[in-house]
Amino acid sequence: MLMDRPRTERTAVVAPPDDDKRWKIIDVTMRRNGYAGHALIETLHAVQSCFGYLEDRSLRYVAMSLQLPLSKVYGVATFYHLFTLKPQGEHTCVICTGTACYIKGSRGLVSAIEARYGVNPGQTTEDNALSVLSARCIGSCGVAPTVVLDGDVLGEQTPDSLIAELQEIV
Amino acid sequence: MNLEDLAEIAEQSVEAEKSQRHCVRVCMAASCQSSGAGAVLEGLRQHAKQDADGGVHVKPVGCMGLCSAGPLVSVDATESKTEVMYKDVKPDDTEELYAGLDGAPLERLRCPTDIPFFACQQRIVLKNSGIIDPENLDDYIAAGGYSSLVRAVTEMTPADVLREVKQSGLRGRGGGGYPAGLKWSTVAMAPEPHKFVICNADEGDPGAFMDRAVLESDPHRVLEGMALAGYAIGAEHAYVYIRAEYPLAVERLKKAIKQATKKGLLGRRISDTTFNFEIEIRLGAGAFVCGEETALMASIQGLRGQPRPRPPYPAEEGLWECPTLINNVETLANIPSILARGGDWFKGIGTETSTGTKVFALAGRIAHSGLIEVPMGIRLREIVEQIGGGIPDGRRFKAVQTGGPSGGCLPEEHLDMSVEYDTLRSAGSIMGSGGMIVMDETSSMVDVARYFMEFCMTESCGKCVPCRAGTVQMHELLDKIAEGRATQADLDLLEELCDVVQATSLCGLGQTAPNPVLSTLRYFRHEYDEKLRPESERLPPLPVVTGDH
Repeated sequence: MLMDRPRTERTAVVAPPDDDKRWKIIDVTMRRNGYAGHALIETLHAVQSCFGYLEDRSLRYVAMSLQLPLSKVYGVATFYHLFTLKPQGEHTCVICTGTACYIKGSRGLVSAIEARYGVNPGQTTEDNALSVLSARCIGSCGVAPTVVLDGDVLGEQTPDSLIAELQEIV
Repeated sequence: MNLEDLAEIAEQSVEAEKSQRHCVRVCMAASCQSSGAGAVLEGLRQHAKQDADGGVHVKPVGCMGLCSAGPLVSVDATESKTEVMYKDVKPDDTEELYAGLDGAPLERLRCPTDIPFFACQQRIVLKNSGIIDPENLDDYIAAGGYSSLVRAVTEMTPADVLREVKQSGLRGRGGGGYPAGLKWSTVAMAPEPHKFVICNADEGDPGAFMDRAVLESDPHRVLEGMALAGYAIGAEHAYVYIRAEYPLAVERLKKAIKQATKKGLLGRRISDTTFNFEIEIRLGAGAFVCGEETALMASIQGLRGQPRPRPPYPAEEGLWECPTLINNVETLANIPSILARGGDWFKGIGTETSTGTKVFALAGRIAHSGLIEVPMGIRLREIVEQIGGGIPDGRRFKAVQTGGPSGGCLPEEHLDMSVEYDTLRSAGSIMGSGGMIVMDETSSMVDVARYFMEFCMTESCGKCVPCRAGTVQMHELLDKIAEGRATQADLDLLEELCDVVQATSLCGLGQTAPNPVLSTLRYFRHEYDEKLRPESERLPPLPVVTGDH
């Protein structure tokens, strides 16, 4: 516990939107931080890891619990690239577009996916099977170009190898 | 924990190692894991378990450096034995590899350890990387870990610690190169009772992975450096602000904090002294601008990561208006070694104005990509041609990019330059945090400039107009030039905009955003001119190769 931080040290003021057990994890995060406003980013991380994305009612609940204006919560949620306000597809494929991957052909991977599935980074296929995202750099530059497929890092990808991987799961 | 306790743990570890027949180290850093190191580790462990003779210790370790040849396995990297290293190890190879432990080494997968990639390095920050198990505190202690901290809090005054850091000449490794000792003194002198230490682990430069590797391979070293900083400046609370994109580093850091706190090396009353030091982790959420210190502090406080004008500098008025010391991961990772061996020892490495070593993430079109640590003052050519093994596929070197989106591209004629903060700056690039991307003749420099401008445009936080609007305009002009739709007037306008954005932006992001354009214009202007000519007069472009190896 840090003494010198402006702390509000409150208890919960509103009840979760429904009886989904995942709200408990969100509540724990906020309680650990004394429901202080500076816990906003931590809380949004918790929401996104539990629910996959930040839906309107989650943002409202967090705003009310931390006693922050909705505008501020929305502002922070949209400022950071990692937060998403849209639900993701069943599978996610993150294409790294860092410098090393760029030099070694990440553009080819993006166009291969577009040609095969008709989606660009930031989009989800119509059947909701695959979301394609791009990352600034995942730091695995030694095995560039890389993609992160459902959480697993795959290095040294070519358009053909990536499409083959995707066809196996999608 | 006092010095005797640490020595005892170290001695036990040494004894345990002596009693082993072999020690097999498997690199479990993110790159090797993505090439299947987990299954290799499991396979080797199974063989060790079934081995009737026993005595083979299989251990997960951090980054061994040569990421492009992973998964890497190293056998008997001890002083008394000869190390044998294997590359590209597949799970199916483990049986043969294990069988070779007592017999002839498996030549098929052998990776020579006397090649310049390993031989030309000098390791301080990465000393334990690839040697110790990052999730085992005793392993770090056995390598001399936490003895600098315990000695400092029990035998030295904060002023003594400060003096060594000043004496070392260490400069900030995050890119700016501000003298660490000076920054520490400013915070130490501040009269306020509450101060903070922040470790900046928001490694946002695309193509840079030094900090990730240090945190994944030797997390305790960074924590020890932070605690030493806290002791020197009089702070009891600290944050590590780390990218959420590095889940493995976050996990290891969390574990390390827990282990060290349990042993009384962090937390309350360290080594039974009155010194308390608590470290909390704060996750970033994907904003490059948060590498800027005032934006980073805003983000820790739960706000949008937008910078504010300086002064006041964080050293005077930082987190929650308290004096705050912000140092980069690599800067802090140097501290335990500086305290252990003295500031004079550190000063003796490198050059007069750039002391010590620098970790670089070598990537791009180069034979050996991975993580290297070299003394300051090394020639760029040595890094590219010897350590990196040159350009593969018989292609020609074109440029090396340092400093990420804030840096520049250096051409062949600068390869003999010595790598120092000031020489790189005078050549139009910067040291940066350590990303080093090599490009060959297939890369178009206009495209590279456009790539970085696109990055800065998307990452601009939007607070000040020159950066918010300027990067968009510059990107549009670069687009036009790259697609061959531009005129000389467009190029002139681009140059003018570079000057304005550089001079008038609020923070480092905007001030340095024009650097990739300016440096490519300085050394590769002919490529821009070529794009301005009518299509019929242009040279045919070289085929762009994607994803080949």
